[in-house]
Parts: sequence; C-alpha cells; structure tokens
Amino acid sequence: MVTASKAWDVAAAVPDPELPCVTVAELGILREVVMEGDVAVARVSPTYSGCPAVQFIEEAIAEALRDAGFQPRIERVISPPWTTDWISDAGCEKLRAFGIAPPQKASNSKRALFGETVVACPRCGATDTEKLSEFGSTPCKAHYRCKACLEPFDYFKCI
Amino acid sequence: MALYRALIELADDHLVLGHRLSEWCGHAPMLEEDLALSNFALDLIGTARSLYAYAAEVEGKGRTEDDLAYLRSEREYLNCLLVERPNGDFAHTMLREFYFATFMEPFWQAALASSDKVIAGIAGKAMKEMAYHLRHAGEWIVRLGDGTEESAARMQAAVVDLHPYWEELFSGGDCDVLPDRAAIRPAWEASVKAVFAEANLDWPEPVYGQNGGRDGMHSEVLGRMLSDMQYLQRAHPGATW
Repeated sequence: MVTASKAWDVAAAVPDPELPCVTVAELGILREVVMEGDVAVARVSPTYSGCPAVQFIEEAIAEALRDAGFQPRIERVISPPWTTDWISDAGCEKLRAFGIAPPQKASNSKRALFGETVVACPRCGATDTEKLSEFGSTPCKAHYRCKACLEPFDYFKCI
Repeated sequence: MALYRALIELADDHLVLGHRLSEWCGHAPMLEEDLALSNFALDLIGTARSLYAYAAEVEGKGRTEDDLAYLRSEREYLNCLLVERPNGDFAHTMLREFYFATFMEPFWQAALASSDKVIAGIAGKAMKEMAYHLRHAGEWIVRLGDGTEESAARMQAAVVDLHPYWEELFSGGDCDVLPDRAAIRPAWEASVKAVFAEANLDWPEPVYGQNGGRDGMHSEVLGRMLSDMQYLQRAHPGATW
C-alpha cells in the first residue's frame, strides 16, 4: 500500500498542460492509481470528448511515474463521465488566483450548464459581469468581461 | 454484428459532421463563431473517436479507431446524407447543426440508461456537449430567421435545401443497447417547429426524402471530403505524428 500511495503522490503532482496552475488530481481527471504486481496503473478521465490535451496528459503522467522508478500503464476511463464538480475546492481556488473563474458546482443541472448563475470576476470579485462568447481559448472555457473593473477573463464552463 | 454496425453509423455521423465543421476554421464570419465551430468540431470528432475505438473492440479483428476513420472507402461509410452536405453559407451550416443536435441530445439522454456501460459513458459526456450545440445553433436560427430581409431569405433557403435530408436521421440499424431512433421523431419535429415559429420560418411541404447513406450510397461530395481527410494516411500508410 505504501507503494500505491507513493505512486499516487507522483502522478497527482503532474500539472495540467493547459492550466499549469492546477494538477491533474486537483482537476479530478486522475481518478486512481493502483498497483497490479509491479505495474502502476493510473486511471484517467478526459474532460471533454475532444480535449486535445488528453494524450499529452497521459504521457506526462506515465513519464512522471517512470522517472520515479515505477512501471506505468495508463487506462482511459470514460464512465462515469468527468464533470466540473470533480475539480477540488483547492483546485477552484487556484484557478481563481490564476485569473480563471472556476465553474459553478452541481453541473448536472441545466441552470449551471448554461451559466445562468452569476459568474464573479476572478480579479475584483464583482458579480456585475457579462458573457462575451460561449466559446473561449480551449473547449472547456467561455469568455467573460467584468463590468466593474473592465477586465476580460476566462470562465471554466460547467459540464 | 448489429452493435458494430450501429456504432459505425453513429461514429460516421459524428466524424463527417465534425470534419465539415472544421472546414470553417479560419473562415467563419467572426472570431467568436470561428471558435464556436472549431469547438463543435472537436466535440464531434472526440465522440467519434470513442465510438470508433469501441466499434473496433466489438469487431475484434485487430483494427484501430484510426483504421476505421482513415482506411475505409466512401461506400463503407454509413453516415446519413445530412451531415455530408457542404457547408454552404452560415445559415446552411447552422441549420444542419441544429437538426443534428436536436436529434442527438435526446438520443444521448436516452442512451444514459443503456445496459452497455461503454455506451452509457460516452452518452454522459456527449449529451452535455450536445446541449451547448443545440442552444447555440438554435439561437442562430432565430437570429437569422427573425433578422434582416437578407438573413431571413437565406435562412429560409437553407430550410428548403436541407428539407430532403432530415428524415434519414431517424433511420439506422436496430440494436438493443442503443435508443430507438424512430421514437425520437415526434419530439424532434415538435422542437424544430417551435423554433421555426419563433424565427418566422416556414416549414416546407413534404418532399421526396433523400436517403441511402446508411447503405453506403452517398452523394459525390463525401468522396471529395474523404480524399481530403484521408490523404495523409493513404499517401504515407502508417504515418504517425
């Protein structure tokens, strides 16, 4: 068990390539790491179906495990599907500090899915914000602007 | 093999439409739409990947998702004709997307209850993505249909042009772990007509429906699209990035 927990620590510390402020564990895409004999099996759930970073993330986790002396194998898990609710509280706080408004919780409701709830500005905290575009720099983000401090910012969309 | 065939039909619909949407990349009327259409393309191609990977596993002949996407010819593709229609103008593209999303959203919703865990998993993700496509495309139907004289005329022209193609969405192989396509039709027609009413668009008189895609009988535009999409693998077999 000591080995499995060490393998988890190694894999969990890998940063997300597009959001380097958070780790794959904080994003909730690293589901678990188990030892099968000598092999460390890391189970990973992609965010969006077409997320172009999926393969890169899997390779980064495998490389980190290999560097730490493990023999890695990556398994892609699509069920149950990843949701923004799996981003940890610490992960949400880091996203905010990085300038990205974190997703609303309870993403299974259509209200949250369609951003009808208020998105607070990650810089000044004002809730007087407007959506500029539902689609941003990556599939998981929408583009907003704060009407109080006038800063544009990314919002991590619910899914 | 009923499952394999049904998975290929679904995957081909997603890949062909996804590739069509990707043709807009860098050409959309404004930056936000360029991003939106590219995002839609990514979603669809991502879902196609999952479906091809599962189809390859079900088939059990050692083929991969790439073999299925890049090494089948036109007659082996089983997508409906709607998704291969050329992009046309923005009204045509949005209407094609709207018809497809209005079908896929309830389809995936029903597939969540599938006894097949892989299908339920793919459905869980695709359903939420499709809800975004549906809302975005639906808003454009209303904006263009209820817009200027020019936009309304072009939206109505798109409705007429695509009218022979929507019925084929409800055809496909029977498979007990996937939802019944025909059962979605009444709700589909009701949803589309409700949006058309809001957009001041006329629902045309019935026309002779074009189909054959599910039997591999395509219009000539698919061959050209595939020759573009498959060029690299055909010219350099086995090439990887």
